[in-house]
Amino acid sequence: MPKRLLALLLVLPALVMIVLFFIVPLFASIVGAFEVGETFGLGNFSKSFELYSSDMIFTVVIVAVSTLLIGFFSIAIGGYLTLGENPRAVALLRWLYRWPMFIPFIVVGQVLRTFLAKNGLMNNVLVSLGILTPLQTVGFLDWRGIVIAFVWKQTPFVTLLLAGAMASLDRSTIEAARNLGASRLRILIEIVLPQVAPTLLVGLILSFVTMMSVLSVPLMINAQSPTMLTADIAFRINAHGDYGVANALGLISLLLTAGVALIYLRQSMKERA
Amino acid sequence: MMARVDFWWLPRAFVLGLLAFVIFGPLTNLVLWTVAEKWYFPHMLPLEYGFSFWQRVFSPRGNAMESLMTSIVIAALTVIASLALAIPAGYALSRLKLPFRGLILLAFLIPQAFPNLPVYVNIARFFYQIGLNGTIAGVVMVHVTHGLVYAVWIATAAFSAVDIDLEEAARSIGAGPFRAFRDVTLPLAAPGLMASAIFVFLESLDEFTGSYFVGAPDVNTLPLLLYTAGSGGNYQIASITALLLLVPSIGFMLVVERFLRADVLSKVGH
Repeated sequence: MPKRLLALLLVLPALVMIVLFFIVPLFASIVGAFEVGETFGLGNFSKSFELYSSDMIFTVVIVAVSTLLIGFFSIAIGGYLTLGENPRAVALLRWLYRWPMFIPFIVVGQVLRTFLAKNGLMNNVLVSLGILTPLQTVGFLDWRGIVIAFVWKQTPFVTLLLAGAMASLDRSTIEAARNLGASRLRILIEIVLPQVAPTLLVGLILSFVTMMSVLSVPLMINAQSPTMLTADIAFRINAHGDYGVANALGLISLLLTAGVALIYLRQSMKERA
Repeated sequence: MMARVDFWWLPRAFVLGLLAFVIFGPLTNLVLWTVAEKWYFPHMLPLEYGFSFWQRVFSPRGNAMESLMTSIVIAALTVIASLALAIPAGYALSRLKLPFRGLILLAFLIPQAFPNLPVYVNIARFFYQIGLNGTIAGVVMVHVTHGLVYAVWIATAAFSAVDIDLEEAARSIGAGPFRAFRDVTLPLAAPGLMASAIFVFLESLDEFTGSYFVGAPDVNTLPLLLYTAGSGGNYQIASITALLLLVPSIGFMLVVERFLRADVLSKVGH
């Protein structure tokens, strides 16, 4: 079949790129996790758990909390965009919510580091408005700062996907429920949300994976212990040249993500089938 | 009815105002930092404004111009390489019969579907052995791999959105397959391809983790400069660099819908 061969040849260069520069190093990292000196063993893992088990919990909790908050806010914004009755407020919200979407994580880190600090603009405004006294201010540059950065940056992305899915729903069931006197909150939860749940799931999973691999935000907002696994991996490499423990930590974060990625793969295979 | 409207505008205005503060507060803060000569607690606003840090950043001795040029060169090379790979792949995925088409499409998502930090660490180790570490070529390769999912998926969607009858009409009046592609399909898919090019360009411009391991300290892109300036406590320089990265991103957000029309968008990932 020459035509099939041609098609394969056209796709092949791009596929080779993925294999060479992603899949091969991914395997190298998995194999490297078990390399202890010249032999293979579990030494890197026992060292990882010994040094970084609190950071593992910290990472999972931060990413899980952020994912839940992103889900909540995107449902709220998407729901209002779909069911809102004041056209001016809907237009304003549509214009407003997307701003952080394409802002790079490293910029988000810098922006929020200066905004959320103990002497940042947020506290300065609160002090000037008389809501806080200078002595009452607290900086948010710890786990809260990381969560805020993730939610700030990822909510627009999930909302965009979700609002798109909501907009393409059949309006007649919504109108029917409205005519029967159902409240908008009830319509959102009982009619709209079940139909867009697959899109919400895909958006949240992509966000989860993204947050698991972001290095710049934890480095810039909260580099001291406890911190996220990405910062630990960078530290193992830069300070100790310790590829073994770095790879073991990588494999652990991979396994944490794998469960979630599997849900995504199953979902998108179902849609494709 | 009237009473309900009167009652609801207040919470609505409050929530929208709060959202505006949450989104624009940090951005305003960034802009203030770029022009703050003197700013300390507990003053809400800077005490002195000026552009002396801008002069320092853009002076011939400053390394921001060099970083900006490096970043733009890397992003441009990344776009060229990605499109050279994605246009044939996207055409094949949208038009030709391909075994395991769904799996191939998913394969391009792999770099986004796994945490990529351990991968970058090992690429850096491998590149170090073959002398690619700390080179522009090495950084471009990492960026291409990461951006390929946008390039291929959007190119596939853009070609799918072009009516196949037009291509067949060109073929039936005697155009060869390559000519039909070049003169009919490619121009019609151009807006979608443009969108994928912008996506890839921005991804490369903003990429930090890969450049941090593969490029630093020899290849100094803008995000790396931002990181070094920020961790050195120089918030003015870091904020100016951040603003330079912010402007193209926000510009893209405002025009994205012009390039990525709904008919293309609805076909992404299919």
